[in-house]
Amino acid sequence: MTVASTTAPAGVKSPRRRRRLPGARIAYLYVLPFFAVFAAFSVYPWLDTAWISLHDVNLSTYHDQLWVGLDNYKELLHSTFFWNAFKNTITIGIISTVPQLCMALGLAHLLNHKLRGRTFFRVAMLMPYATSLAAATVIFVELFDPRFGLIDWALHAVHLPRIDWQNDRWPAQIAISSIVTWRWTGYNALIYLAGLQAVDTELYDAAAVDGAGRWAQFRYVTLPGLRPTIVFTIVVSTIGAMQLFGEPYLYYAGQGAGNAAGGGISNQFQTLGLLMYQDGWTYGHLGLASAVAWTMFLIIVIAVLVNLFLSRRRERAGR
Amino acid sequence: MRLKGSRRRVTASMVAVVAAGALVLAGCGSSNNNTNANGDQPVGLCGTTAKTTITVGLWGGFDFGDTGLYKKYEQLCPNISIKEDDADSSQDYWTKLQTELAAGSGLPDVSGIEIGFVANIVQQHANQFVNFQTVPGAAKLKAEYYPWKWNMGTTSDGTDTVGLGTDGGPEAICYRPDLLKQAGLPYQRDAVAKLWSTWPDFIKFGQQYEASKTKPSGSHFLDSAASVFSTAVYQGNEAYDNAQGQPDVSNSDGVKTAWKYATQAAADHITAGLQQFGTDWNKAFSSGAFAALACPTWMMSYIESQAGTAYSGKWDIAPVLPGGATNWGGSWIGVPEKAQHKAAAIALVEWLSAKAQQVTLWSKGHWPTNQQAAEDPSVANSTNAYFNNAPVGQIFGGIASQMKIPPIGVYDTPIQAAFTTALTNIEDKGTSASDAWNGAMANIQQITG
Repeated sequence: MTVASTTAPAGVKSPRRRRRLPGARIAYLYVLPFFAVFAAFSVYPWLDTAWISLHDVNLSTYHDQLWVGLDNYKELLHSTFFWNAFKNTITIGIISTVPQLCMALGLAHLLNHKLRGRTFFRVAMLMPYATSLAAATVIFVELFDPRFGLIDWALHAVHLPRIDWQNDRWPAQIAISSIVTWRWTGYNALIYLAGLQAVDTELYDAAAVDGAGRWAQFRYVTLPGLRPTIVFTIVVSTIGAMQLFGEPYLYYAGQGAGNAAGGGISNQFQTLGLLMYQDGWTYGHLGLASAVAWTMFLIIVIAVLVNLFLSRRRERAGR
Repeated sequence: MRLKGSRRRVTASMVAVVAAGALVLAGCGSSNNNTNANGDQPVGLCGTTAKTTITVGLWGGFDFGDTGLYKKYEQLCPNISIKEDDADSSQDYWTKLQTELAAGSGLPDVSGIEIGFVANIVQQHANQFVNFQTVPGAAKLKAEYYPWKWNMGTTSDGTDTVGLGTDGGPEAICYRPDLLKQAGLPYQRDAVAKLWSTWPDFIKFGQQYEASKTKPSGSHFLDSAASVFSTAVYQGNEAYDNAQGQPDVSNSDGVKTAWKYATQAAADHITAGLQQFGTDWNKAFSSGAFAALACPTWMMSYIESQAGTAYSGKWDIAPVLPGGATNWGGSWIGVPEKAQHKAAAIALVEWLSAKAQQVTLWSKGHWPTNQQAAEDPSVANSTNAYFNNAPVGQIFGGIASQMKIPPIGVYDTPIQAAFTTALTNIEDKGTSASDAWNGAMANIQQITG
């Protein structure tokens, strides 16, 4: 748009100016506060982080910054801790996001029908989202406690082997994913529900007349109608999963670990967010932590682009 | 009507209470107008005669307020009021302090310094803190302290001291005599002290405990291999650092012996494999999952708070530490050069660290690092009813006076965490000692950068 206007021939200039409303300039004033805050708290830290990531900087001796170029990034790519955190972020992301969005979709579909006490279910669904993360995680830590937890007690009661939900890699990742899923399913269901309200109810009626059952209605009416909403939730969930921090941090801290950013006794659930925190605040290596931050940013951009590319292609193929 | 009336009465009584409180406060203020901190010297003992609010940056647990010391000081120096800001943990406080030191602003007048970061401040920020060797009466201050405590807060060339010591953590062994008795083993203080003087003997005792047919089921001798490691490592000539305070884990005799004994304790299954300060560990103080642990002075109040009054008299303290006397924990208070009220802050630090105040703080289990306070009869002759009337003053005093401390460094806390998690891997997941060692080394590589 802007490109088009700057390259427009000179003759077209005056009608453009006349078209602009008299109050248009004041609009810049209205958006200024947002962009001032955005510049101070997003753009500046963003650029400063990039600058620091090219230096050897320690939290304790902040003013002695030594230029090292891309060494921090090289160090990351050769670090087993980085790749471990990268893998954990992806596996926890998949275990938490995929079931979560599927369940949210199903819930939204069910709640879109005329049910008795529909409002109650809709509100109940959103309760986990409104719960404080710290409080929720404390409960989950207790549930999954390998010694005194309710879940292992139940397993034991039906003669199944106890599971170490803290120290074993997969159980721990599943436990953390369950916190994420518990917390965000209702939220996503609500977004889907809002999307569904926009789907013409006559389509359902027509489908019902054609003899389509609930599943067929879901498959051929709900899903296509919701496609843009689904893409949105996938993108947002991907970003959230890449930045996952609070759940694994508190899951380890809730057990009383001093070095909570370590993500378990063998880093079995250390995400990139935790690694960044550990490098920066626990060990004081700000340069390396900044490099992790920028790497995370690049990974998120790539992941979002891949998402959009796939959904565009599907859309085109669908037409 | 009734409701209204009662509410009015409540309001009236609240007004009365507030008024009475105000009178009391006013009374205190006026009666002490002409007194100063020592009583014998003229002006300047409070650092200033101007009305001043001193900010104190800490992380809780110092008990200066709880023991009434602030109030007492405010009475001695009516122009001073004290405001304490607490971070959630010493780690949080240290992060905040580092950013404040880098920015050169936002610093409190008095700053707490914990053993976990005192080496960093001594090595990298000594010029940003008031040197307590240059304050009035410095020589007298130095003479009052245990040399090991004074030296930990002083640069390696001995010229700059960043703060005055508050508490320390001389270590002994806390244990449950009832569990040992049930296992058919010696359980009296002096008897076990003789059996626990070296690590091999201590571990051998643990094996006997585990072998006992009468010990409570599910009970182990020790809480964790970390308990052995983090004690034994400071008994070496070197712990994690060389004499220059630089990380030197691979050449450290302390690390070598500590690892040997800790892994042996894990291999012999004499530990409960609990993560120290974890929730399960906390619960174990009353469940009896372990019978003994390494126990610095401050651990006494920790055990009391976790096990509760029901276990009063069931715990005891053996006057011994396998392998020799050493320290776990402790703090200092210092004054940043950029403090707004430097003179007043120095006066407060000196007063809080003085003998009488450290004696007061012992009531909350803070072992005095002011040697004169530790030798005061009210400390030296004290006993602890919760711990079966153990003569704690004598036990910890004996250990504090024999203490030897290896050089400390910037990364000691995370390095120790790397070793203790490695040990938890051995205990809980059956990781081999060599794999655990390699894991710890990789972590340490990441820590020291």
